[in-house]
Amino acid sequence: MPTFPATAAPEQRAIRDARHERLFRWLLKGCALIVLAALLGAAGATLWGGREAFATFGWHFLVSSEWDPGNDVYGALVPVYGTLATSFIALLIAVPVSFGIAVYLSEVAPTWLRTPIASAIELLAGIPSIIYGMWGLFIFAPFFAEHIKPWLTNNLGNKPDDGKLSWVAEHVPFVGKLFGSDYPFGASILVAGIVLAIMIIPFISSVMREVFQTVPTRLKESAYALGSSTWEVSWDIVLPYTRSAVIGGIFLGLGRALGETMAVTFVLGNAMQLSASLLDPGTSIASTIANQFSEAAGLQKSSLMALAFLLFVVTFIVLLIARLMLRRLASKEGR
Amino acid sequence: MTDSALATNPVPVAPAATVAPKITVRDLHFYYNGFHALKGINMDIPEKQVTAIIGPSGCGKSTLLRIFNRIYAIYPKLEAKGEILLDGDNILDPRYSMNRLRSKVGMVFQKPVPFPMTIFENVAYGIRHHEKLSRKDMEGRVEQALRNAALWDEVKDKLKQNALGLSGGQQQRLCIARAIALKPEVLLLDEPTSALDPIATGRIEQLVEELKSQFTIVIVTHNMQQAARVSDQTAFMYLGELIEYDRTEKIFTKPGKKQTEDYITGRFG
Amino acid sequence: MNTLYLRRRIANALAMALSLLATLVGLAFLAWILWETLRQGVGALDLKLFTKITAYGEDGGLLNSMVGSLVINFIGIGIATPIGVLAGTWLAEYANRTKLGESIRFLNDILLSAPSIVMGLFVYTIIVLPSTALTHGSTSFSGFAGGVALALIALPVIVRTTDEMLRLVPSTLREAALSLGVPQWKLTLQILIRAARSGIITGVLLALARISGETAPLLFTAFGNNYMAVNPLEKMSSLPQIIYQYANDPGDAMHALAWAGAFVITMFVLLLSLASRLILSRTKVSHD
Repeated sequence: MPTFPATAAPEQRAIRDARHERLFRWLLKGCALIVLAALLGAAGATLWGGREAFATFGWHFLVSSEWDPGNDVYGALVPVYGTLATSFIALLIAVPVSFGIAVYLSEVAPTWLRTPIASAIELLAGIPSIIYGMWGLFIFAPFFAEHIKPWLTNNLGNKPDDGKLSWVAEHVPFVGKLFGSDYPFGASILVAGIVLAIMIIPFISSVMREVFQTVPTRLKESAYALGSSTWEVSWDIVLPYTRSAVIGGIFLGLGRALGETMAVTFVLGNAMQLSASLLDPGTSIASTIANQFSEAAGLQKSSLMALAFLLFVVTFIVLLIARLMLRRLASKEGR
Repeated sequence: MTDSALATNPVPVAPAATVAPKITVRDLHFYYNGFHALKGINMDIPEKQVTAIIGPSGCGKSTLLRIFNRIYAIYPKLEAKGEILLDGDNILDPRYSMNRLRSKVGMVFQKPVPFPMTIFENVAYGIRHHEKLSRKDMEGRVEQALRNAALWDEVKDKLKQNALGLSGGQQQRLCIARAIALKPEVLLLDEPTSALDPIATGRIEQLVEELKSQFTIVIVTHNMQQAARVSDQTAFMYLGELIEYDRTEKIFTKPGKKQTEDYITGRFG
Repeated sequence: MNTLYLRRRIANALAMALSLLATLVGLAFLAWILWETLRQGVGALDLKLFTKITAYGEDGGLLNSMVGSLVINFIGIGIATPIGVLAGTWLAEYANRTKLGESIRFLNDILLSAPSIVMGLFVYTIIVLPSTALTHGSTSFSGFAGGVALALIALPVIVRTTDEMLRLVPSTLREAALSLGVPQWKLTLQILIRAARSGIITGVLLALARISGETAPLLFTAFGNNYMAVNPLEKMSSLPQIIYQYANDPGDAMHALAWAGAFVITMFVLLLSLASRLILSRTKVSHD
């Protein structure tokens, strides 16, 4: 067969091809392993940086509310509380609102309106967090201090401006403490929670909307055929069908909220104090690091690294749960 | 079970044609994920003729075709046992060079799949991997392939345009040009017209007629009339077995098996 | 019976009204945030933003921060794009359905929302600290370190889009190329990545949008610099960093500068997401 000049040395070419193929595979695999290295490295670097703090304070680091650079004593409780409290408030607000948006966009809104509204909400997700922070600091916190906070302290708090204790503060336990504050500014745990909520609403609602769309039409149609209302279909059919993914979406939002730095730092007031009131300033892990790290040294720096390690581990676990939950629906679809 | 099926169901290995076989299949079995998809196929495919493989969906006809150039090997968990001799060499032998196999056996797929590049590059791309040609030689080679595929007159003024802009029928002829540009000896066509309209289908069939003087062609088709029109011999497959294999006019006029007759006359699930 | 129907109808109407209200609340906050950024930002726009550096404080501009942002983002995207595209290719083409591949795909999704400030500390540990030690302090914080921190944030975005886009490429394209005897690595680089090109570009644009607003990872890597720096081995200012610094300053003039910076970043990010949307919608049309 002399038709093929190039087949003169086909075996040599096969060997060369195989070598290139191997090299290429290793190159690709190496790049993929960088993803792994980034996660392990981040955990390792912060654990290593925080080793001094962990060694000095042991488990006490987790439960101590002291953070005193003067005496070189550090405990994580205040920033941990601030992180958890702001994220919890954010979820409390964001979950029902996101559910409402998702129901509206997948079941209620006229079809022509769905895509533009969904795109607008997704736009909200694209805005950098520092913009949320600035808006919170300059616009929302003053607005809150002027219009919302007085109402809250007067009607729910135990330290009202007008001196008259409201019925709620007198009769319902804890509420008075939660909303009692003589701090004059807006920046507080509650405001940080609200700003975080606005930030994570687009994440949660777009996950919910996406998973709601995976519910088979015939399932919804059979429910409608029985006379169910839109609300009943959403609550009794759509939500149970997508439950695990909805929880996954919520955890995804929680992961974002826990690790967020900028949106929170601006509106938290950055006070290293433990207060029962949501209207008092506080701090979070991320904002403590952002505020103190560049000027810290020695044990304080190590304690900040230790805080970062805690934050990384907690968000990792939350995000792990989120992805596992989301994956469950995906595998259900696959079946 | 396979052996008994073979024993009770002796299938002619080759039709009465007297041409030397280009491809010889011996006791070929194929498995995917444990499923026994081909059960002991034996057949001879004569050189420079058109051999059609027909049968209902899932009968294994496409699977058989995809073993002829070992394209199945890109997926995991697929396994072929037996022998396929191409000019006397067993292509299922792992030592058989993939480059040699792929340059000797070209393939055209169900749906036209132009590469995301220009028309010229689509044809030149495969050649470049096997031969180093001067620019001029390459242009000649591409033109010849496009002429052979009856596409030259339609595209000669837009060789630098993206191939995705061609119509479905033109894209499929481009894929044929791409395959024959490597000067293969065997051309495998896997339902090449199933995505095309009747006029485009007619042109491809005409092209197959013209190409058979240069290539050994194996065509898998869903369309029995197409098999009757273009092929010299026809193989009928059912549930992974080769039921009947004979000259095309015999298969379509006096089939030897009840199953073949049922399928051809349309009395078949 | 009638009261039951009535109750159900009221419940439905109430729920529908609440869902509409939730949507309106979401949109209202979006409008509020964008409106304030626009109003305050446009009010603070001035030619000096683009001609003067931050060393002049109130009378200065943001030139060095903008240049710094460009340099740092360029380094970040420059590092993340090749690594991310190759890693995504490995996931889609070589490791699809393997254990290691599935695990890395899963971990990549986690990296996608990992706290960015921790990534900043990671890069501080592996780049800033060693370079301080090696150069005896003459190089410590640097634009390059900032770029690496941003690359770690851009990486999972690019990996994910590349992976998804390649898995959308029909397998017939792979078969067609392999049937011509083209080896798999050539097929991957020359055909598959080209076929998924516009999707991959979209991913890169989205990653750029994501990192151009990131502040936290830059605080301990690029640090900041009141003077013009283009050498990536020097400390470098960036828009998000200067916004953070100025917003915490008591002076109103500084706040105006911060708003101007916020406006520039927001516009940049919105344009990027618009561009990526356009590219995606155009490819959908051409593929059908």
